[in-house]
Amino acid sequence: MTQTLIELQGLGFAWPGYPELLDIPEFRLHRGESLFLKGPSGSGKTTLLGLLGGVQKPGRGSIRLLGQDLTKLSASARDHFRVDHTGYIFQQFNLLPFLSVRENVELPCRFSRLRAQRARQRHGSIDQAAAALLRHLGLKEELLQRRADVLSIGQQQRVAAARALIGQPELVIADEPTSALDADAREAFLQLLFAECRQAGASLLFVSHDQSLAALFDRHLALDELNRAARRGD
Amino acid sequence: MHLLRLALASLANRRFTALLTIFAIALSVCLLLAVERVRTEARASFAATISGTDLIVGARSGSVNLLLYSVFRIGNATNNIRWDSYEAVSQDKRVKWAIPISLGDSHRGYRVMGTSAAYFEHYRYGRRQPLQLAEGKPFADLFDVVLGAEVAETLHYKLGDKLVLAHGVSTVSLVQHDDKPFTVAGILARTGTPVDRTLHISLAGMEALHIDWQNGVPARGAGKASAEQARAMDLQPKAITAFLLGLNSRIATFAVQRQINEYRGEPLLAILPGVALQELWSLMGTAEQALLVVSLFVVLTGLIGMLTAILAGLNERRREMAILRSVGARPWHIGSLLVLEAFTLAVTGVLLGVGLLYLGIGLSQGYLQANYGLNLPFALPSPYEWTLLGAILAAALLMGVVPAWRAYRQSLADGLTIRL
Repeated sequence: MTQTLIELQGLGFAWPGYPELLDIPEFRLHRGESLFLKGPSGSGKTTLLGLLGGVQKPGRGSIRLLGQDLTKLSASARDHFRVDHTGYIFQQFNLLPFLSVRENVELPCRFSRLRAQRARQRHGSIDQAAAALLRHLGLKEELLQRRADVLSIGQQQRVAAARALIGQPELVIADEPTSALDADAREAFLQLLFAECRQAGASLLFVSHDQSLAALFDRHLALDELNRAARRGD
Repeated sequence: MHLLRLALASLANRRFTALLTIFAIALSVCLLLAVERVRTEARASFAATISGTDLIVGARSGSVNLLLYSVFRIGNATNNIRWDSYEAVSQDKRVKWAIPISLGDSHRGYRVMGTSAAYFEHYRYGRRQPLQLAEGKPFADLFDVVLGAEVAETLHYKLGDKLVLAHGVSTVSLVQHDDKPFTVAGILARTGTPVDRTLHISLAGMEALHIDWQNGVPARGAGKASAEQARAMDLQPKAITAFLLGLNSRIATFAVQRQINEYRGEPLLAILPGVALQELWSLMGTAEQALLVVSLFVVLTGLIGMLTAILAGLNERRREMAILRSVGARPWHIGSLLVLEAFTLAVTGVLLGVGLLYLGIGLSQGYLQANYGLNLPFALPSPYEWTLLGAILAAALLMGVVPAWRAYRQSLADGLTIRL
């Protein structure tokens, strides 16, 4: 039986002063599963990611990550829980330009003891974990000490993926990470990301409005199918 | 530790703004410390204008007035002292030495002081430093003059030059003693005290200048005495302006002071130079405090500049904060990062400011010592200066809380949403 990683029940969320944006009766993501979630701009994709990361709290319902109901945790505990179990990849330019590639990749381990511990267990040290991840993602070791802002867009996205994967978080959330890449680079990046997620045993929640990528994932969903609020809006 | 590394890297990324901020803080800190050090040293230097003198005696007036005209050559005596009074006091067994002072004439704005050889022997300034002649010798001839260093330098006098003294102490004098010119016999080494701005002649020389004066004006015609005629006349002074006393034992100071103040021959006033100097300094204390307050405000301006620079950059850095949040930084991490930045800027500014101060001292030490008698030592900061520096850092920390709080609130509102 497959284990559930994320489970949403009766989730409702509205920004103050606005009508309800999300109304999701039920949603599950299984461990090791890769899910493509599509939706047009403004449909609430980023808000949903914020809720899954515990940054926002829903108006009603529950969000369970690894069996833990995030709505029952304090803001600080949700922050802790997020960094311990979730890695994020953003659209583009999402590295700190003033840090080196290695320092960018190692950032989550500086804020999460659990991920630092896992990185050491798997690779011997945090430095070795960063180097190994970058190697797997096709980046040469000589780039490790370079400043992040001198890399190409494609290289930056791979560094961002390594950063999301270091310390083996159970969930990797990618928010339109390929929109700045051309078609060839996009697919190559995705294959590397899939391989790394598989190797780390991480689930991948991939949010995009680019329908052409959907077939590469275990499952694909439109946010509108999940979200009753969007259907009411229609 | 990692937050500090992040703060440093982020600052290095904005190095131009950061350097300007640091420089502004450094300059203000340097100014504050310089003002404080000059203030302290000026006070010490002021107190060192005269040293080793136990009592100053003059006609009865105020202690500050007596100090001003006898030591600083400012203002005038209300009355003279009779020569026999001077002799009576100076012959007291408790008196080790006495220096008579006779004032009233000037030369191109500089005061002329009639005195005795005891002046060159016993007068002390600073840390009991004696007067030294840079050139020549003390006055030997009746019409010899020994110049203070500033007088010689400003008026370009050298040994052997002739000069004419003027009656009165105003810059422009209507009555010149041009019938009795003086010859420069010696030039004193610089002291940084009013001695540098004084022309020293003998008491007999002073008497000779006025030997033919009647009713406060020079005699005309047959009554007029030439320089050569004056030499043959009795030049024992009848009165002097003041005198300085050194005692055999300091314990006797108050007893001698009381005795002089109760002197029956004429109303005299004996003052302790240290006490009068303190009294005079306290009169100038307001200006001194005002200077310190102004420099404190300059530091505050520097810190507000830092606050402005951090706050102005905050909006552009929302992306940085969101990225940090996405990799696990909690809002307090973001706040701490901003406080650390402010503190780093302030610490670097303070260190650079202290460095600039020592550089400034190194460059100006000789000049200040030579021209103003200010000895600025290469000493470590005093406890008070440490307190000032600590207060600056505390203020910077406090100011760092403002952008930290804003960033904290922003990071809560933005969450993981990366804004441009």
